[in-house]
Amino acid sequence: MAETSEYNIGTQELPLMGKVNAIPEKAVEEYFTSGHRTCQGCESALIMRLMAKAAGPRSIILGSTGCMYVANTTYYSTPWVVPWMHTQLGSSGSAATGTAAALRALMRKGKMKEEPINVIAFCGDGGGIDMGVSSISAALMHAKYNLAIICYDNESYANTDIQISGASPWGANTTFTPPGKKFRIMHDCWKKNIAAMYAVGHTRCNYVATADASYPADLIDKVRKALAVKGPAFVHTLDPCPKGWDYDPFYSHKLGELAVETGLFPLWEMTDGALTYTGISARQVYGKRGRKPVREYLETQGRFHHFEEEDYEYFQSEVDKMWDDWMVPGVIPFKVNNPSKK
Amino acid sequence: MATATEQQQGAGVHLLTGSEVMAHVCRLADVDVITAYPIRPYDTVMQYVSKFIAEGDFDADYIPAESEHGQFEIVKHASACGARVFTGSSGVGWLYAMEPLAVTAGLRLPMVALVGCRALDDPGAFGTEHNDAMLVRDLGWMINFPDTAQEVVELGLLSYRVAEDPRVYLPCAIAMDGAFLTHSQATVRLPGQEEVNAFLPPYDRGDLLLHPDNPITIAPQANEDWLMEVRRQSSEAAKNSYGVLKEAHADFCKTFGVDTDPFLDEYMTEDADVVLCGMGTLSLPVKVAIREMRKEGKKVGMVRLKWFRPFPTEELRASLSRFKAVGVIDRDYSFGSPYHGGIVFNEVKAAMYGADKVPHMKGFVCGLGGREVLLEDVKQMADKVISMGQNDAADNDVDWIGVRD
Repeated sequence: MAETSEYNIGTQELPLMGKVNAIPEKAVEEYFTSGHRTCQGCESALIMRLMAKAAGPRSIILGSTGCMYVANTTYYSTPWVVPWMHTQLGSSGSAATGTAAALRALMRKGKMKEEPINVIAFCGDGGGIDMGVSSISAALMHAKYNLAIICYDNESYANTDIQISGASPWGANTTFTPPGKKFRIMHDCWKKNIAAMYAVGHTRCNYVATADASYPADLIDKVRKALAVKGPAFVHTLDPCPKGWDYDPFYSHKLGELAVETGLFPLWEMTDGALTYTGISARQVYGKRGRKPVREYLETQGRFHHFEEEDYEYFQSEVDKMWDDWMVPGVIPFKVNNPSKK
Repeated sequence: MATATEQQQGAGVHLLTGSEVMAHVCRLADVDVITAYPIRPYDTVMQYVSKFIAEGDFDADYIPAESEHGQFEIVKHASACGARVFTGSSGVGWLYAMEPLAVTAGLRLPMVALVGCRALDDPGAFGTEHNDAMLVRDLGWMINFPDTAQEVVELGLLSYRVAEDPRVYLPCAIAMDGAFLTHSQATVRLPGQEEVNAFLPPYDRGDLLLHPDNPITIAPQANEDWLMEVRRQSSEAAKNSYGVLKEAHADFCKTFGVDTDPFLDEYMTEDADVVLCGMGTLSLPVKVAIREMRKEGKKVGMVRLKWFRPFPTEELRASLSRFKAVGVIDRDYSFGSPYHGGIVFNEVKAAMYGADKVPHMKGFVCGLGGREVLLEDVKQMADKVISMGQNDAADNDVDWIGVRD
């Protein structure tokens, strides 16, 4: 009998895209197809499509309750070409762990043909940033299980009518935090810094990344790296949501770009403990490219239309702190009080 | 070559606790994925399971989870991928897993779980009450209540066999009285691996298997358009479990050379005027008290329910119709229910409605929070049932026994 702690069938070799025009050459097949019923301009549905494309046919995908379940996976019109299973809102981490554990146990015991099978569990911000934190945290501890958790973050409980989540930006108008005469700002928390939180807290997790469907080659490559790495991985995507953010669906791609260009959502990946900024964020962190004023991003969205001048200023000052004050710009929010003297 | 555990605890008679027997059942059933989270009293089973694995006597992926919710979700998903699974909990831990418990039954996944029955908080208490296990009785879970460590062999192996039968595909809870069964040693005859292999076929998920070779979508969203048909299928599966269990039980008796009844354990009922009816380990004091009362000429017997789901309606009607009066003992409560009786009392009454001959019935609540059911408690209950039979009059009052006024 193999040592239970050592058995690992390994992962698939998945070529990287590098550039967007490589996608039709290297990953033309679709595994998330017609049948879904998401809103026009839904970037989360695009994440699903690119994620499935990146993973390919020898994959199992688990989906937490949320938009990408309720609006996306309806009986008799499933868009999934790969095996897919629902999991509960707070259990994407558990779903991935259970699936990976079953494959590992059955292959080790000779009850299933040995082959590397991708295991992906996805969740929205409700499932990945609020309710499911404990299960994801547990999943990221197990080096013996090859799995990826993808959090598609549209910054609210969008499926249930746009209620605030731990991922909603400061000041956003949601149905649980409407602006009023007495209180203009009902949501006075800053968005949870979730990808860094998972990366910092789980030293056996060898891949954590942020991504955005406006940069599809970067996204596909990050999903493929998450699947190729041995052990658990986490990818956080920011998904503009026309319904929840209150803008014309035409601007989804543009808003995804602006979130990065303003420095609000830096793109990065952590591989084996080493951090790499990617795309525009890499140029920004080395001062080769400036950050657009965050106001450009906020003013495009109805959820910030109640903002007054001081609110824009406060928001900008918080983004500036991320880049100017944080120990690792845009990622790790510490300052060192007692740095070593040279 | 036999490993240490096999040499010490292979087929044959051993001194074992209920939890320990359950761990042996897992080993003999070659379970693939097991999850653990600590809560007393169920958790001793995981101490034995993990030791078997550490010693190399048992090969399974064993995962200490981060909560009961995670614990049950992990094995739920492993079961969908074709793995035989085991997990368990107690009291409020079982309730923390209530969401996975509901969806596991909805998904028709044959999870087998140990409930080390424990009082629900608040106040925090370790002692046994059946309300935790009983909370899944309407969801599609099968539930059995072994009364001895030996019976854990039978009900444990039957749980896997029936749950994994494609005509059923429902989860099964083995509800052991905390401490009285989970932690109490008794002599147990463990079966050999070959007998178990002959009785328990490998788990085969068939065309419902979640695997890239079988790219299905499991549990897509459905509403008023399809949900009622889904529920009807679960109801049919629960109905099927009754016949499948009978069939599997007959096979169990044949394979292991034992002679038990599938649903009811009857004690001194042949000539009994009245019987006490209940579940779990309270059978021990009840049986001892019956032996003493028999010396006084009181014709009392006991009918113990081994399975609460599927509920053996026909068998119970046939059995209880033979007696003048029946006392139903609940180690649980159902506040505000008819006559403020326990869950078993109300269920037995519902089953007896419309029978050709309905005995007078009376409910008792006792042994809550793990309070010991004393011989004088049993005698007190029996005397009340005897006088109800002699007076030939219904007594709908539910009495609490062994409680301070």
